[in-house]
Amino acid sequence: MEYIQQQFVQIFGTEWGAMLFSLATNMTFIFAIVIPLLLGVAYLTFAERKIIAYMQIRVGPNRVTFFGIPWLRGWGQPIADAVKAIMKEIVIPTGANKFLFILAPVLTIMPALAAWAVIPFSPELVLADINAGLLYILAMTSMGIYGVIIAGWASNSKYAFLGAMRSAAQVVSYELAMGFALVCVLMMSQSLNLGDIVNGQQGNSLMNWYWIPLFPMFLIYLISGVAETNRAPFDVAEGESEIVAGFHVDYSGMAFTVFFLAEYSNMILVATLTSLLFLGGWLPPVDMAPFTLIPGFIWLLLKIAFILFFFLWFRATFPRYRYDQIMRLGWKIFIPITLVWIVLLGLIMQLPESMRDTFPLNIWF
Amino acid sequence: MNFQDIIFYIFAAILVASALGVITARNPVYSALLLVLAFVTCAGLWLLLEAEFLAITLVLVYVGAVMVLFLFVVMMLDINLDQLREGFWRWFPFGAIIALVMVAEIAMVLMGKHFGLEEMPTPEPQAADYSNTKELGRLIYTEYVYAFELAAVLLLVAMVAAIALTLRHREDKKSPNPSRQVKVRKEDRIRVVAMPSEKKE
Repeated sequence: MEYIQQQFVQIFGTEWGAMLFSLATNMTFIFAIVIPLLLGVAYLTFAERKIIAYMQIRVGPNRVTFFGIPWLRGWGQPIADAVKAIMKEIVIPTGANKFLFILAPVLTIMPALAAWAVIPFSPELVLADINAGLLYILAMTSMGIYGVIIAGWASNSKYAFLGAMRSAAQVVSYELAMGFALVCVLMMSQSLNLGDIVNGQQGNSLMNWYWIPLFPMFLIYLISGVAETNRAPFDVAEGESEIVAGFHVDYSGMAFTVFFLAEYSNMILVATLTSLLFLGGWLPPVDMAPFTLIPGFIWLLLKIAFILFFFLWFRATFPRYRYDQIMRLGWKIFIPITLVWIVLLGLIMQLPESMRDTFPLNIWF
Repeated sequence: MNFQDIIFYIFAAILVASALGVITARNPVYSALLLVLAFVTCAGLWLLLEAEFLAITLVLVYVGAVMVLFLFVVMMLDINLDQLREGFWRWFPFGAIIALVMVAEIAMVLMGKHFGLEEMPTPEPQAADYSNTKELGRLIYTEYVYAFELAAVLLLVAMVAAIALTLRHREDKKSPNPSRQVKVRKEDRIRVVAMPSEKKE
């Protein structure tokens, strides 16, 4: 590393060499995050199809394989799907606004990938260790909605526009509940830095993680996350039975796949955030010998996979919500609960130390 | 010119261009989207000024929420440009006065020497671990607590007023009430009747 830095300084001079070196290292980090993420997205679609298939007593994709190896049957499916999507023509409808039509998928995937910049994967491994990490993530995820709205409007189709409006209203309302749940987390950890939030959950076991003192917030965050990513049972934005496929009904080929990639990488992002904020991130469930030997990164991956399994399970289990029920759940149930919990948490934190020590079984405050 | 200056000029150029686009674009949807771009580049400029909390909040509040609703409304409007132009000369003096005030303000900043700008020295750059958010929170809840509470109450009043002005209860409308629907239990709707099975002849 130092040697490469010296080479940069020699070639480009002292001032520019350092700048270009940091640019080059950051680009390397970005690729190191984005490429595994996109692979993860590809295999998440495969996992989804397989898991839902088994839940419905089917087999799922079981044909495409690598080099004819029989026990890898089905594992080539995501690659085959990607190749198919790249080959297909991107049809632009006649009445569509061409520029915005092409811009919409780009605007969807951009924030979905940009939010990953501040995610810590282990105590040291983080691309941008900024103080306001949590706020940054909120800001980035709230920008994802533009792609959906613009796609709906630019397609010049009633179904697409209806889907976009549903999605926009839903995402804006659930963002509030999500933000309030995150306020509780930052009150507990007294920091907006994701690494500090995980370190604040350090203790002897999984009892120290924030999912116990903030249990309602944990559930609300998870459910709002499902709603934010427009996944079943909150997928009225797509609602095949009513508005065909919602905002991306006129998209084909790679343009459609980019929406798909954004949706799945947002799913992985929500799962990662849930495991970082409520399930102790890279901390092992019990601070003892066999568990501490496994590296923290593996624990984080296991937790992400656990939460993602819930996403798939929800989709296989629940019927789609009706639109007014979604709005009622967001505004009339989640937001009041989060507001009450914020006040309650503030009261507990303001109690004198001696009084907090008298709580039975207290390890959090 | 170093790296930061280059970034500043790029952001500033995009900001000026997009702000000009907001008022010149013919399509209102383009105007709204260019305003979004202006907000984002403005947030970038604030990041260069080490105001990361304000920059992220700008994106979160204006880009993430306010402009989404704006775009929502603009997309559904069928705007007639001729009708809008009619009012142009009526409002022109008003706009011109505001523009003049802004020009004067910018002139005062640019010609700071004549207005005693050197009495306000440029702030020192802060260390990397300096938390903007924490400092802002401390000031809001200690020194400026009354101003902050007043602003909060003002917003609350505006919100309540907006709801009170637009909320109408219509009696002739038939819509389901989800709360009541969710509360329904099996016993409310169906009655299980025990029927002895009939005997075969």
